[in-house]
Amino acid sequence: MIKITTIFAAALISVGLAGPVLAQNDAPAEDATIVKQHWSFAGIFGTYDQNQLQRGFQVFQQVCSACHSAHLLAFRNLSEPGGPGFTEGQVKALAAQYTINDPDADGGKRPGLASDNWPGPDQSPEDLKASFGIVPPDFSVIAKARSTEDAFPNWLWNYFTTYGEGGPDYIHALLNGYEDQPPAGFQLPDGKYYNKIFPAHSIGMPPPLTDGAVQYAPGADGQTVPLTVDQYSRDVAAYLMWLAEPHLDADKAAGFRVFTFLILFAVLMYLAKQRLWRRVEH
Amino acid sequence: MSAHDSKYVPTHPVAKWVEDRLPIMGFAKSTLIDYPTPKNLNYWWTFGGILAFMLGVQIVTGIVLAMHYTPNALLAFDSVEMIKRDVNGGRLIQAVHSTGASMFFFAVYIHIFRGLYFGSYKAPREILWILGVIIYLLMMATAFFGYVLPWGQMSFWAASVITNIFAAIPIIGDPILQLLRGGFAVDNPTLNRFFSLHYLFPFIIAAVVALHIWALHVPGNNNPIGVDVKSDRDTVPFHPFYTVKDFFAVVVFCIPFAWLAFFAPDILGHADNYIMANPLQTPPHIVPEWYFLPFYAILRAIDFNFILDSKLLGVIFFAGSILILFFVPWLDTSKVRSGNFRPAFRWFYWLFVINFLLLMWYGAQEPATAVGPWTVADVSKLSVVYYFAYFIVILPLLGRFERPRPLPTSISEAVLKPAAAH
Amino acid sequence: MATESNLAHSETPNQGKRDFIFVASAAVGVVAVGGVVWPLINQMNPDASVLALSSTEVDLSKIETGQAVTIKWRGSPVFVRNRTQKEIDEARAVPMDQLKDPELDQDRVMKGHDNWLIMIALCTHLGCIPVGESGEFGGWLCPCHGSQYDTSGRIRKGPAPKNLVVPPYKFLSDTKVQIG
Repeated sequence: MIKITTIFAAALISVGLAGPVLAQNDAPAEDATIVKQHWSFAGIFGTYDQNQLQRGFQVFQQVCSACHSAHLLAFRNLSEPGGPGFTEGQVKALAAQYTINDPDADGGKRPGLASDNWPGPDQSPEDLKASFGIVPPDFSVIAKARSTEDAFPNWLWNYFTTYGEGGPDYIHALLNGYEDQPPAGFQLPDGKYYNKIFPAHSIGMPPPLTDGAVQYAPGADGQTVPLTVDQYSRDVAAYLMWLAEPHLDADKAAGFRVFTFLILFAVLMYLAKQRLWRRVEH
Repeated sequence: MSAHDSKYVPTHPVAKWVEDRLPIMGFAKSTLIDYPTPKNLNYWWTFGGILAFMLGVQIVTGIVLAMHYTPNALLAFDSVEMIKRDVNGGRLIQAVHSTGASMFFFAVYIHIFRGLYFGSYKAPREILWILGVIIYLLMMATAFFGYVLPWGQMSFWAASVITNIFAAIPIIGDPILQLLRGGFAVDNPTLNRFFSLHYLFPFIIAAVVALHIWALHVPGNNNPIGVDVKSDRDTVPFHPFYTVKDFFAVVVFCIPFAWLAFFAPDILGHADNYIMANPLQTPPHIVPEWYFLPFYAILRAIDFNFILDSKLLGVIFFAGSILILFFVPWLDTSKVRSGNFRPAFRWFYWLFVINFLLLMWYGAQEPATAVGPWTVADVSKLSVVYYFAYFIVILPLLGRFERPRPLPTSISEAVLKPAAAH
Repeated sequence: MATESNLAHSETPNQGKRDFIFVASAAVGVVAVGGVVWPLINQMNPDASVLALSSTEVDLSKIETGQAVTIKWRGSPVFVRNRTQKEIDEARAVPMDQLKDPELDQDRVMKGHDNWLIMIALCTHLGCIPVGESGEFGGWLCPCHGSQYDTSGRIRKGPAPKNLVVPPYKFLSDTKVQIG
């Protein structure tokens, strides 16, 4: 019983929305070079891969933490469920390796405890700024502070695929986006490096990863992964996503239960409404 | 107080004792249970109940968040993160609150556009409509204050840009700007007062909602055919027919709400708001939340001087685009309420809807973005013209020149002949 | 309100089925409300950062015999005292009928670690912090209202009703104790 005017209106709306689509074809696609990756935590059933998070933490600890702080990471997070899954003993030992400033302690410093937050690079922010031009950004939520841009209609599909991995996709692309030589005619300022993903392509961070830079121990099942920049960048991107969104596993699991419940409840309520209204002429 | 005084006489002596002193049970019975409601209401009418539900959700989750949030410029960003990380269930409560704001606006737009289509603003419901526009304005203010609280880059720069609007007012603009901000720029004083106001406004909204429902109950609900209730045969008691139907609609509404809150809690937001506010660095692309985009597009479309300078002119159009809503009951001259019986009106109405969606899209683009052979800056001017023309030219003229279809004599008659009602 | 003319009431076989739908919907609704209300209340429980501080480790190696330190545990001050043998003997010589709150010294310390006295440093009267090595009983004296505790931390004189509270603790080694 769909009236012609309704059909026409729907068609008009589609045309109205298609206009921007056609317009998009002319817009320069800045992010054409960010290739989306498969992430274990993508989609409504996605979860973190614990082994990957452990590898990513290792990359973070051995490479990135020299310059990047992560002030919202608490050592105890590393043993909480849904994360890298280190044991409490491992976390306690790890924390004790770091020195925490504590005005109540003798000499103002003490070894770290599981309840402490990640202390940050040894160099002061002023020194880091002098070296790199800016203070290297804190890593706590960086995986959510970066994104990819999608043209219509892709951004619409994202609501259905629940795409939220723009940050890891960007980070992976960035870490693999360094070029030894900038293209001909590109003016690269002193002290900067050419990266084809970074906006304006001139980045203060030197390429932080090289093949074989981090030695991974084999997993509990004996599995190994290639020791390549590509692998390191995937692992650290996944780790950074966990750092930004530590409760993702539990939230998605709860979401599935709530969503299923609501569908069933809606069906039940619909039947109740129908029964009630059956005898009313309406 | 209402045309439907309760004849409720409680049987239990304690109940009678209370009822004699404060007739709250009779009041509840007459407004929520016995209240005669047209029996032909369609699902567009469930959004009032959905909105009341959403107000409750936002208030409850907001009060919970306020137990853990710190409204200080140095601590706010981290306090929101600590809620997500350490507070029991904090991530979900925060996600429900931020997603809930978007769902709240989605529902309010459906509710407003329902009113515009079915003539719900027409006599004798003009004050009902005006109270609704007031609620909408309060919602926009509340959402604006709330978005500043996480103190990310978008929070800060949205506050800067929108408070700057007041500087456009001649002579008194700058002193007002400093008064609002509590300083020369958006900073800690601004954040603190926005937190206080964000907590206050929802309760003002609740009070205006009470007036809104009171104003509704005096004439009773409008209905899809816009024909007044003639007899008891046209209505059913609100409970259980519409309590159950509204509850069903709320459950269905919660499905996309839950989908976003649990599976994609940041998808409606902007990545830049995960960067702490930096007064010395503007984000490359300042964008308000989606529900403000059409009005943002109207503000930006006026980029030329005409008698007044473009900034003030833009502000006038921006304010005008919302304030014009107050006058709709008098701008629409048609004697026929419902769009179902106004064939010419329907074309212009749906064009208005498409135009509104286009304005929403324009608001998210850079003005220089190409749209075919033109730019967003060019075509958005066209949309602004249509937006105002709809209210100032089209609605008044339509009432005069349109030939409406014949109305059924009553709701019951319409219900018996399905072809007459849509 | 006579809108029942709209409704044809009749006892049909569907009546029972209809009631089931409504009862089932109401029951599921109650479950939904419960599922929503619990997290809103549970968020007021101590959050993860507070729970992370629910136990504190103390390094005992620096505390000499006859010395005490005050550390913070769950937001409150705690005395950790390395008692001398004289203090232990004095505490054990006190008859129970002389105590307002009778408790054996052996019950307030751990066997094999009898020299370590660990107590929450808040007077059981109104919560002030008592001063160590003061008062007539060789223990603590509370400056606020004059309560006096002995070398086992038991109340001997003054308005406090109970002995200083001993928190749960365990020895991880001879030089490390975990409180809480």
